[in-house]
Amino acid sequence: MPFMELLDEYADFDFHGFLASVTANQVERVLAKSHLNAQDYLTLLAPAAAAYLEPMAQRASALTRQHFGNCIFIFTPLYISNYCVNHCRYCSFAVDHHIHRRHLGLEEIEAEALRIAGEGIRHLLVLTGEARHKASPEYIEAAIRIIRPHLSAIGIEVYAMTEEEYGRLIEAGVDSLTIYQETYDRTLYAQLHEGGPKADFAFRIDAPERACRRQIRGVAVGALLGLADPRIDSFFTGLHAHYLQQAFPATEVSASFPRMRPFEGGHFQVEHDVDDRLFVQFMLAFRLFLPRVGITVSTRERASFRDHLVRLGVTRMSAGVSTAVGHDPEGSTAQFEIADTRSVDQMRRDLAAFGYQAVMHDWNSRYLAVR
Amino acid sequence: MTITLNGKSQILDESAELLAILHDRQVDPAHVVVEINQSIIPRDAFATTLVNDGDAIEILRFVGGG
Amino acid sequence: MNDELVIGGQVVRSRLITGSGKYQDESIIPQVLEAAGCDIITVALRRMDFDRPTENILRHVPKNKILLPNTSGARTAAEAVRLARLARATGCGDWIKIEVINDQKFLLPDNYETIKATEVLAAEGFVVLPYMCPDLGTARRLVDAGAAAIMPLGAPIGTNRGIRTRDLIEILIEEIALPIIVDAGIGRPSHATEAMEMGAAAVLLNTAIATADDPIAMARAFRLAVEAGRLAYLGGMPGASTFARASSPLTGFLDQTEA
Repeated sequence: MPFMELLDEYADFDFHGFLASVTANQVERVLAKSHLNAQDYLTLLAPAAAAYLEPMAQRASALTRQHFGNCIFIFTPLYISNYCVNHCRYCSFAVDHHIHRRHLGLEEIEAEALRIAGEGIRHLLVLTGEARHKASPEYIEAAIRIIRPHLSAIGIEVYAMTEEEYGRLIEAGVDSLTIYQETYDRTLYAQLHEGGPKADFAFRIDAPERACRRQIRGVAVGALLGLADPRIDSFFTGLHAHYLQQAFPATEVSASFPRMRPFEGGHFQVEHDVDDRLFVQFMLAFRLFLPRVGITVSTRERASFRDHLVRLGVTRMSAGVSTAVGHDPEGSTAQFEIADTRSVDQMRRDLAAFGYQAVMHDWNSRYLAVR
Repeated sequence: MTITLNGKSQILDESAELLAILHDRQVDPAHVVVEINQSIIPRDAFATTLVNDGDAIEILRFVGGG
Repeated sequence: MNDELVIGGQVVRSRLITGSGKYQDESIIPQVLEAAGCDIITVALRRMDFDRPTENILRHVPKNKILLPNTSGARTAAEAVRLARLARATGCGDWIKIEVINDQKFLLPDNYETIKATEVLAAEGFVVLPYMCPDLGTARRLVDAGAAAIMPLGAPIGTNRGIRTRDLIEILIEEIALPIIVDAGIGRPSHATEAMEMGAAAVLLNTAIATADDPIAMARAFRLAVEAGRLAYLGGMPGASTFARASSPLTGFLDQTEA
């Protein structure tokens, strides 16, 4: 059964009624269980669970240490093209925003890869907007092949592709796919994505499954918190990760809880603000529900806040980040403002002070003789 | 003629119907399953199945088991 | 509460499955089944004993029970398949417990042959319940092969040692969507309760009842033990955790205002 069908099963579920009805007693009972089911997870996302952040944190911290050790995996994103034909109302790259557009040539991409490798980072996340005429699958594939020799692991965060296209990119050296659904609320999704290929909700939600069928090593899912009711989107993020973990046991699943950040060219009104306390609740509930799933926190979050999150369940962080194409804010517009501007070296030192090792080099598919 | 019945050689005077062989040995056909030369014989064919020289017959039944 | 166990599309009321072997006197079986409240009973297929041609275990099994023949004696998938087809030819249903053992020292099942037999028999329409060494990879392959339930062993057969494979069975219960039925190793009612508290869908046992001094009393004890374990599982057992509130070493930062 595809995840889309599982999502459909919740079409008539009264989330607001359930979340409002959760009592302290129910939260305590969930916290006493050894394994949590989907309903337990939803219970921990309820307002009543906010009073239990510390016991949730104690357990989340222990579980994360047990499964991931005292390590934080570091990666850096590289935007290679910000041309985009979509109309996402919350994104600066949207086609109707008049921003500086840029598209890196293969030589520029290789130079960026060498610069990043020079900083000690071995895991790169390659990003583009959605513009098949500019950043075509062939262009992205060529970029991967250029980058591949200089780095250990390559992820992509690009538009939703067909299974065949994922197969070709995996063949070229892609290890992981990050694709956020933005919101699992189909009605709102339709309103936010009027026009453009991204309007196809089903094609996007099925994307991780298409990549998994081509034996990708890792997939990352998430929702952009602030668009819809964040408790519900957090719930579906967890359900999606759980589904992928069950359906594709060989794939490493991770998730992220990105919060809306200010961006250029946008007047988007964030309907559902997620404060730090609620953000932490989401992360802790997720960790308790899925002890073995990785959690990524990006530089959207402040340095001091990220440092505290390290002990609560985070397993991956980005560092040395620019959301402008080619790390060049002069030449192009950034996708969103970053809040943690520390260098890779600074992050390494700060993590060490918290008792964590910054891992730059986790996996390298080139160790395997046969790909 | 010689047949093998549950692993043991037996001499029969002539070809016989399977049902007759069961009756001769006080076996209730309703309680057993029979294989001849590793082919299962349906119960309603017991009366019409002829046992021939050299056939290997297995007669099995349920017993206590875990 | 509606707490149904469904195996192969059939609703099963009792979560206790018993075997019919090793009884001193088989005529006691109807009373044992009554006391145990069982819906399913296992039997084995053996060559006719011409010295006792009228002996028939089915005489002691009430008509409304589901008969679960096993493939005991099979050492390969091919032998298990042959036994299963013979069992179905008796006209007593199409349920089959696959048991492939080619290790006469420990009597541990051969997971590889078990998967192969499950594939063949499920495709032929059998309701297949494979007995196996608890292993997640094997269980996933059994699911793909079309098994109706997975039956991991709690301890080597006949040892009465309890749920020695607890951690591995817990993984199966967590990861596998099919009913997990703990088979073998359950020597006492408390072992059955433990399996049910863990979230097992049912337990299968034979020796512990059949060889008790009073099998009827033991059958009743197991019935109550299985029910108690199931109720405890459904009830959501409270753990031993405490809710630290006095200090907040991990989340205290949320209360501080940043400089």
